[in-house]
Amino acid sequence: MKERRLKVSSSPLRIKELGLFVRDSMGFDHISAVSGVDWIAKNELEVIYFIGSSTPGQEDFVLAISEMVPRDNPVVPTLVEVWRGAEYQERETHEMFGINFQGHPNQRHILLPEDWNDLPPLRKDYVLPGR
Amino acid sequence: MTVESEYSPDSDRIMSVSLGPQHPGAGHFRIRLWLDGDYVVRSEPDPGYVHRGEEKMGEYRNYIQNVPHLERPVILDSSNILFPYAIGVDELMNSNVPARGQYLRVIMAEINRIISHMYFLAIQGYFMGHTTMITWCMGDRDFWIDLGERIGGARVTFAYIIPGGVRNDIPPSAIEKGFKTCDWFDKRMDEYEKIFFDNPMVHQRSDKIGVLSRADAIALGATGTVARASGLTFDVRKDEPYSAYPDLEFKTPVLQQGDSWARAYVALLDMREAVKIIRQALKKLPPGPVRLKLGPQPRVPAGEVYSRTEAARGEMSYHIISDGSPRPYRLKIAPPSTKNLRVLPHLLRGVHVADIPVIYWGLNYWPVENDR
Repeated sequence: MKERRLKVSSSPLRIKELGLFVRDSMGFDHISAVSGVDWIAKNELEVIYFIGSSTPGQEDFVLAISEMVPRDNPVVPTLVEVWRGAEYQERETHEMFGINFQGHPNQRHILLPEDWNDLPPLRKDYVLPGR
Repeated sequence: MTVESEYSPDSDRIMSVSLGPQHPGAGHFRIRLWLDGDYVVRSEPDPGYVHRGEEKMGEYRNYIQNVPHLERPVILDSSNILFPYAIGVDELMNSNVPARGQYLRVIMAEINRIISHMYFLAIQGYFMGHTTMITWCMGDRDFWIDLGERIGGARVTFAYIIPGGVRNDIPPSAIEKGFKTCDWFDKRMDEYEKIFFDNPMVHQRSDKIGVLSRADAIALGATGTVARASGLTFDVRKDEPYSAYPDLEFKTPVLQQGDSWARAYVALLDMREAVKIIRQALKKLPPGPVRLKLGPQPRVPAGEVYSRTEAARGEMSYHIISDGSPRPYRLKIAPPSTKNLRVLPHLLRGVHVADIPVIYWGLNYWPVENDR
């Protein structure tokens, strides 16, 4: 990643603590994106929070906080209490990757139909129909 | 936990209503409302009616094939959704885009910003019962579309900003037309101020309606016009200068009121700056090539990138992971509409039903951009 970007790995157990620390002590208060990655070869799923800042002098910095979870039991704590703006993006990561955000206030489908009963579509073993 | 859950109204009085998904004021988007008489007690946005799976599609196409379908989610702002994608792929490939290409990217992005804001103001005027605005803005928007057509060849989806530069050079006639359009549009914006923004009826319909405080704007992750109307100086063009923006002079308009009027007025101030940028960029346009030769299937080295730009609606960002194969391993789009959507249930709490369209559209929300 380029200058003014930093990727930090965390364990799901400590990520909330880390989130509160970077928000309150380092001024990373703007949730820019929540992304997921399916590392199927390693049998792991990655959740990444991209955090920007409105603090003068570090607006150009984007901090990425990443956590790895096993594909068969992807449970992570929600960070909605840290960045309220993450709520809908966590819902999207939940439906697209099947990641369970524990403690999320309303973890329903947001973009997919409510009755979607296939694999989560952005997992690598979900193949687009017709391909 | 969230602000909304503090409400515990008397359940017998509450009626739940669905606004949308085919309502003319919502547009492929539904808001679930819980009403107490004429007041909104609670609301929940329900997007997803126009979900196309752009991110999954991106994993099946190579980096050049991805260009045309990626601009479909927001055809009003088609260049600005491609801009961070192009920047991200350039960064992965370590390519140095020629200076003329950088300037043309900025020109096209700013033209698209005006096209998008004009549409926004047209519908916002319409929702406030000001029908002059929809006829004027839609009419004047066409001159910018004409200019975009002269440069990019298409009228709406230009597919102009591509990895490695821009698709083609600007014809000399478009430079001349660009200056003319800018001069004429400056005068038009003065007229918009008089007929719309200084209009007492518009003030009555939008002053102190849907006020978003600065602290809430930060906490809810607001960006773009919504954040700037609430006193947040948030502009990726200034914060993280990219492309030709460092060479150009412009300001970031910021208002403090945080209401629906300010959210509309910030768009007008944005367009004034956009006109300044276009004029400067056309004047300074350096000679040389406009793009790098990449070939139909460029080799992109393995890597990970997070790129962002300031689109018309706010911070547009991409998270791209390449594993060295011709296609992206992961292509995540985080559009500004997704970031601003969380503000909607916060603002709708306690307002009159008649104020919903003004607040909803004031967020400059585009359902397709959110659903991708």
